[in-house]
Amino acid sequence: MMIWTIARRELRSLFLSPLAWTILAVVQAILAYMFFSQIEFYMQIQPRLAGMQGAPGITELIVAPMFGNAAIILLLIVPLITMRLISDERRNQTLSLLFAAPLSMTDIIVGKFIGAVAFLLLMLLLIIMMPLSLLAGGTLDFGVLSSSSLGLLLLLSSFTALGLYMSSLTAQPTVAAVGSFGALLLLWILDWGGGDGTASSGGVMAYLSLVRHYESLLKGVFNSADIIYYLLFILTFLILAIRRLDADRLQS
Amino acid sequence: MESLLKVEQLSRTFGDVQAVSNVSFSVERGEILGFLGPNGAGKSTTMNMLTGNLALSAGRILVGGIDLLDQPCEAKALIGYLPEQPPVYRELTVDEYLDYCARLNRIERSRIRAAVAVAKERCGLTEVGRRLIGNLSKGYQQRVGIAQAIIHVPALVILDEPTVGLDPIQIREIRSLIRALGQEHSVILSTHILPEVQTICDRVQIIDKGELVYSDTIAGLDRRMQSSSLLLALQHPPSEQELLAIGGVLSVDTIGEERLRIHFDPQHNPAQQLVDSSAAGNWGMYELIPERMSLEEVFVDITCSEHEPDTAKAAALVSS
Repeated sequence: MMIWTIARRELRSLFLSPLAWTILAVVQAILAYMFFSQIEFYMQIQPRLAGMQGAPGITELIVAPMFGNAAIILLLIVPLITMRLISDERRNQTLSLLFAAPLSMTDIIVGKFIGAVAFLLLMLLLIIMMPLSLLAGGTLDFGVLSSSSLGLLLLLSSFTALGLYMSSLTAQPTVAAVGSFGALLLLWILDWGGGDGTASSGGVMAYLSLVRHYESLLKGVFNSADIIYYLLFILTFLILAIRRLDADRLQS
Repeated sequence: MESLLKVEQLSRTFGDVQAVSNVSFSVERGEILGFLGPNGAGKSTTMNMLTGNLALSAGRILVGGIDLLDQPCEAKALIGYLPEQPPVYRELTVDEYLDYCARLNRIERSRIRAAVAVAKERCGLTEVGRRLIGNLSKGYQQRVGIAQAIIHVPALVILDEPTVGLDPIQIREIRSLIRALGQEHSVILSTHILPEVQTICDRVQIIDKGELVYSDTIAGLDRRMQSSSLLLALQHPPSEQELLAIGGVLSVDTIGEERLRIHFDPQHNPAQQLVDSSAAGNWGMYELIPERMSLEEVFVDITCSEHEPDTAKAAALVSS
């Protein structure tokens, strides 16, 4: 109940600033451009595909690349949404309103997390509309589409959890944004040094990478290990954020 | 009857700094307690601990018999808090903000609208309900902060320097608002402005360097503030000997041609006799002002007499 109250206000405040609308518009515009160029590419190679046995369909050739691109763009965007979640309250000294109210730290953090994820869910719905529009002239592999959507949702939630933690560390939204962007990028490219994933140390690094688990979901492979990886990632950073907020009372 | 708030042996350290040490006090129901002290004395630290914004290093806080550490949610529900900086969201309207605060304080959904209306009414915000908080003046933002603190009708309202940065008219309005709050709630008011405490509070506590150095009723503080000097203005001042002859007068300082300061024995206030003598001797008295100590002096007085009596006496001896 309290969690929803906080989530609702978070979502509301996002839409009261021009930031949320700008982000929605920019992300949609960029992805739409990529979507169209992907379609054009498909039109060019379609005659050749027609002659092939077991040729990839539009889901593989248009939807999967678009979701891949969306993940990269949102890696840049999510820190901008999460940066002010806690740091802004700390800077405006409104945190004491929450601390003085009959709430637990968990209520505050989970409420803010849900508020931010609700916004990203809205963005995700807008993104999914684009592949769905292809239904007008073709068929889609709904299995792949739904596993890709689930993957992107989990990925965005992970970004949010990390961004929320970064935001709880500082009173400066920009510091939080830079910090979470850096951390996310690092986690993204963690598998670059991992080679083919057979070497033991490289394998661990590759396994920890955010992108590895997303890629298999994009292919339509639903592996519960990938899901659990993301859920653990989210849980870890939420707990860290709760502990950080608790520490505020202890030292500040 | 049990006290509404009981604070026992409260301490708080920041690293090596002892911000509050061994503070114990209690607040009865329906009482307005003034919490007085210079800047940095530990007022805000104490307020923050009372409201759960800061963990205690040692001690115990009981609100209505509930331990703040054991059952924080239940205890906090009994408290309304206005920090030094009103915790308002500038991008919300007054109505939206108060609605949010009502929800945060677990007011039933069906009663939220009524609660918001009552809080607005009491704080004089009815006219500005649809305006953005960011566009309101500082005085109105302060009122929004108070409305937020009383929206769930808490038994105890804690206000941390509620009149700082307001203009004199706003200060008067806020003070009368606080006095009205005192009819139904217990109030703890932290401030460093003495007249504020005198006009509003039932009881006063002074904190200095993290320790509670004084706790008394307002009448007691008033007595303490009675100084032992009178300021006189006479058109035809008599000689010093004539004044010293009056019972109770200890010494006379000449300030200007017509002005004198008379120090007297607190047991024998010579004011009445001075007026009589002036009338009889045609001194032409046109001012007689009993001098009162400022907060600073009361402060020095209290802190010196409780902390370092020997050095204070030594200083007094040297200066005399």
